[in-house]
Amino acid sequence: MKNRNNESSNGSAGHYVQLQHIYKTFNKGSINEVPLFHDFNLTVDKGEFVTVVGSNGSGKTTMLNVICGSTQIDDGSIIVNGKDVSQLKEHQRASFIGRVFQDPGKGTCPSLTILENMSLADNKGRPYGLTPGIKKRRRDQYCTLLEQLKLGLEDKTDVKVGSLSGGQRQALALLISTMVPVDLLILDEHTAALDPRISETIMELTDRLIAEKGVTTIMVTHNLRYAVEYGNRLLMMHEGGFVLDASEDEKKTHEVSDLLDLFNEISIECGN
Amino acid sequence: MGIIIGIIRNILEEGSIYGIMTMGVYISYSVLKFPDLTVDGTFPLGMCVTAALISSGVNPVVACLIAALCGAVAGCVTGLLHVKLHIADLLSGILVMTAMWSVNLVITRGSAVVPFYNMDTIFNSGPVTLLPKGLYTWRVLIVSTVATIIVKIILDYYMKTKSGLLLRATGDNQQFVTSVSKNPGMMKIIGLTIGNACTALSGSILSQVSESANINSGTGIMVMGLASVIIGSSIFKKVNILSATTKVIIGMILYRACLAVAMQLGLPTNYLKMLMAAIFTVALVANNTLSKEKKAYEKPE
Repeated sequence: MKNRNNESSNGSAGHYVQLQHIYKTFNKGSINEVPLFHDFNLTVDKGEFVTVVGSNGSGKTTMLNVICGSTQIDDGSIIVNGKDVSQLKEHQRASFIGRVFQDPGKGTCPSLTILENMSLADNKGRPYGLTPGIKKRRRDQYCTLLEQLKLGLEDKTDVKVGSLSGGQRQALALLISTMVPVDLLILDEHTAALDPRISETIMELTDRLIAEKGVTTIMVTHNLRYAVEYGNRLLMMHEGGFVLDASEDEKKTHEVSDLLDLFNEISIECGN
Repeated sequence: MGIIIGIIRNILEEGSIYGIMTMGVYISYSVLKFPDLTVDGTFPLGMCVTAALISSGVNPVVACLIAALCGAVAGCVTGLLHVKLHIADLLSGILVMTAMWSVNLVITRGSAVVPFYNMDTIFNSGPVTLLPKGLYTWRVLIVSTVATIIVKIILDYYMKTKSGLLLRATGDNQQFVTSVSKNPGMMKIIGLTIGNACTALSGSILSQVSESANINSGTGIMVMGLASVIIGSSIFKKVNILSATTKVIIGMILYRACLAVAMQLGLPTNYLKMLMAAIFTVALVANNTLSKEKKAYEKPE
């Protein structure tokens, strides 16, 4: 863990994540052709916590998919921590990118226990061979991690994840995504499927984890208040581009209502 | 009385031999959620390979292992067709199953039934010769039970290793496997390889009981295996002390018992496959109804 941190601190401080000249058209050549990204560029610095808002179809999730490799790009390059990752497959990029999805079911395995889920995640980047899957001596360590969630999961380590509530599963997914140090954390509307109270808890937890690990984060959200309250940079997307890029200082001057106005403006423009 | 004991012994023998195949089907169907039809081809493959090897004087235990290896290769091909060439899961199984027909004919040099009477098999050579005379009629049951238990222990151990956990994760949530930086396709290939190795081993052992290989023996293997998996895992759903592999083996024994009872009641052999399909349908429908009730019960969240 220490090595990993040293390594990243030696890297260039700025331009930690770069999307350069990204082109992406969906259903190319068909009647349903949807051009989305045309010379799309984004630079994120090391340690930045970027929140991204935008209307449906503005390209937020596609941008995340492009970074993670679940969507292939037509042209352009993606650089994370000095490495060009454009040619890497999704599972290869996952070795240095952590991701939490909107669907709480996606980040964990329902028929495995909490302990088994954590053990698998903890082994990321190492071989999955014929040695026992659960290390007994790591159990206490996992319990300590679970205690931080304050959801009582530390008493349920042998319970199958499928029987947990959506909020509990999402909290676990969040914990799991950063168990092994990652260069970049991707949060894809990870509170959208939860009720307001749990959603609040998950957001606080997210903020705490990010601050603790100092991990560079891109968070897409539909909740304008979260976008303003959390993070140190705010982006608003529209039709495959940015209409707002507010740094930490600028962000402080923005109110949720300002954002909403801007949001309405662009929405009216496209007739929504 | 003797007849009843004979029938029960027969059920247990077949139950444990087919039980190895059921564990294979359990891995592909229940763990990986992959309906693998390859087993209809790998079961006779195991038989034919064993017949060919034993006829040419190969040690029967070695023959079992080579048969399992051949099954593994077939399973691997199904996996590659599905993962690398993106052919649908059912279709990749059907393709390999169909191709296996020719492979099996090549191995048996064109004949549908290959007898290998009076050759060494695992039931009449090696450690079995040490059994006391009185147990001789029970030797098939003893050897097949030992073989099944060995396979079960190996599989149970594997399921608890890192690779085994990842295999279970693959059937559960492929995105999770991707996010721990592993290729879910690779895990599918591994699972199908293990499943078909078990099936071929099962065929190999069965052929040594009858001392002959039958190229037609594969029809309905998948149906039989799936029915036992579903029977075993739904009946013992709440019984946590039994491991999943034990449950499916008991499922197979119950299934063979149903067939045996029907035969004893005078069902003509020609209706056997019809009965197999009928039992499978009942098991499927019962399982669906049960899980629906369960879902309705779990709803308040």
